Amino acid sequence: MTLDKIRLERIIWRSRRGLLEMDLILERFLSKHLNSLSEEELLVYDNFLLLSDNEFLDLVMERAEPQELAELHLLQKIRNS
Amino acid sequence: MALTKQVFDTVIVGGGGSGLRAALQLAEAGYRVAVFSKVFPTRSHTVAAQGGIGASLGNMQEDNWLWHMYDTIKGSDYLGDQDAIEYMCRKAAEVVYELEHFGMPFDRNPDGTIYQRPFGGHSQNFGEKPVQRACAAADRTGHAMLHTLYQRNVRARCQFFIEWMALDLIRDSEGAVVGIVAMEMETGQVVVFQSKSVVLATGGAGRIYRSSTNAYINTGDGMGMAARAGIPLEDMEFWQFHPTGVAGAGVLITEGVRGEGGILLNSQGERFMERYAPTMKDLASRDVVSRAMDQEIKEGRGVGPEKDHVLLKLDHLGPDVINKRLPGIREIAIKFAHVDPIKEPIPVVPTCHYQMGGIPTNYYGQVVVPKNGNPNSIVPGLYAIGECACVSVHGANRLGTNSLLDLLVFGKSAGDHLVEWLKTNPQHRDLPKDAGDFSLSRLARIDGSTSGESVHEVGAEIRRTVQNHAGVFRTDALLSEGVEKIKEVAERVQRTHVKDKSKVFNTARIEALELENLIVVAQATLVSADARKESRGAHARDDFKERDDKNWLKHSLWYLEQNRMDYKPVNLKPLTVESFEPKVRVY
Repeated sequence: MTLDKIRLERIIWRSRRGLLEMDLILERFLSKHLNSLSEEELLVYDNFLLLSDNEFLDLVMERAEPQELAELHLLQKIRNS
Repeated sequence: MALTKQVFDTVIVGGGGSGLRAALQLAEAGYRVAVFSKVFPTRSHTVAAQGGIGASLGNMQEDNWLWHMYDTIKGSDYLGDQDAIEYMCRKAAEVVYELEHFGMPFDRNPDGTIYQRPFGGHSQNFGEKPVQRACAAADRTGHAMLHTLYQRNVRARCQFFIEWMALDLIRDSEGAVVGIVAMEMETGQVVVFQSKSVVLATGGAGRIYRSSTNAYINTGDGMGMAARAGIPLEDMEFWQFHPTGVAGAGVLITEGVRGEGGILLNSQGERFMERYAPTMKDLASRDVVSRAMDQEIKEGRGVGPEKDHVLLKLDHLGPDVINKRLPGIREIAIKFAHVDPIKEPIPVVPTCHYQMGGIPTNYYGQVVVPKNGNPNSIVPGLYAIGECACVSVHGANRLGTNSLLDLLVFGKSAGDHLVEWLKTNPQHRDLPKDAGDFSLSRLARIDGSTSGESVHEVGAEIRRTVQNHAGVFRTDALLSEGVEKIKEVAERVQRTHVKDKSKVFNTARIEALELENLIVVAQATLVSADARKESRGAHARDDFKERDDKNWLKHSLWYLEQNRMDYKPVNLKPLTVESFEPKVRVY
């Protein structure tokens, strides 16, 4: 198995969350974008996955905004999925 | 095949609220504890609990545990065990104050005491008037609790096995539980964990319903493990529903929407609640609204291509009211229902929320099964706590805020009991020679499949069958047909095919294992519901409309082997106070 596949599988698994809202949003995002994410975007997404569910949900629902421009770009993709 | 072995005093399966609370007692007492979790512990489903923790602190009005006990028993429709309910309500203040000392950020009163909010079903003086009993941390009580308990466990040096999936219990020839078999996702490695005791704390299995508020991880893994090891599941016909989940998604639309004037419509545009509840209409109690919605759908007046939901209309309230008084509802509707409620109605359906039944235990968390004429014979070395357990404090219907309380009280009592039990049981029992073989054979079946249906297809069929046949409103025909259908689906589960044969971080393989747990819970639900010929709490039948205490004041027990039912008495005798005799439940 290639390292890339393990990495993608790990991302899919870590997109399983404690909140149903996040499960639904991330499932939609991954089905649309997972295969086309750049290396930079993957790194940003890995960091999003480290957030608590409520912090992540606040970002997705536009109740909070991220610090970095790269985060905002990826977040827009998640928000629009 | 010889599997790697690790040795612990106690293994806890599940890193949510109850698992973490139990782990803390053991780790602080110096025992070697291993907590297994499929996901990072602070992303367990406990995080979704918003409302609060019920405890009669009496910070707002006069309150006491006996009133809380009465509310819980009445809420349970008299199916709850009164010894366990007394135990829980008496311990409530203690576990809340402990959590406060651990650093839980509770909402406060100006005088510094913990603020308590009102919640449906909580009363003063045995139903006389409402009382504020719910201790909360804004609308993120579960989140705050989980983070507080996790930090405390790290401090106590509890050992975590994160992104591990527990597969099966190991029992010896005398029936004692002597460990588990678990798989590390990262490597696919299967390991035997020998332990003096095992605690199942895996949460509910709400994912057996098509419309569910539960996160995807809630697949009933602990119940699958218990049932495969010959342990019955108790009261599995009782599932709590919320009337307004977004159709197709499950995300909740708060009752506040109807409070502000939102109304429910069927396919003919009729405000059907006027027929079912002429006075309260759309503001009737949860179960009444859910049943009415379900009946409209079953009688063909549902909306959408599959006529499988109704509509929640609120555009007549105007954008100002919607934006001001119902913040967040518009964004939830747009995000999850793809409609803007300022212009269009939201498609909604009664949605599964909480599992009252589970693995039978006493109030120390010890798993109990019928044996040699004793309905509650202890299974040595096995404990279950939290939503996967049936103590039973929720009976046929759970009182709001008692789910978080249940996690804390019985997580702690199981931990405390184990600390004592380990003193008198200091030795590990021998592992049976074939420990691990059963799990390996299950994996071999999945790994050896060459053709068959996909896990997703069969999973969808489980959810469809349970939703259609064991939903809010149940009939004899629906249930008996559902029992047959789910039997067929169970056979299909054994013929699923996973294309990806790799062992390293193979999520498809993990989902195939989860499916084997979901089907166990689905079968238990349908068979138990079909067998119970009465209406009680969350179990409502059109052919047996009344509660029947003469024949059915008893707990259901479902066994995977032979797919059969057994029953045991409800414990109506509290620990110290007089029994609360069953009465008609009126609010």
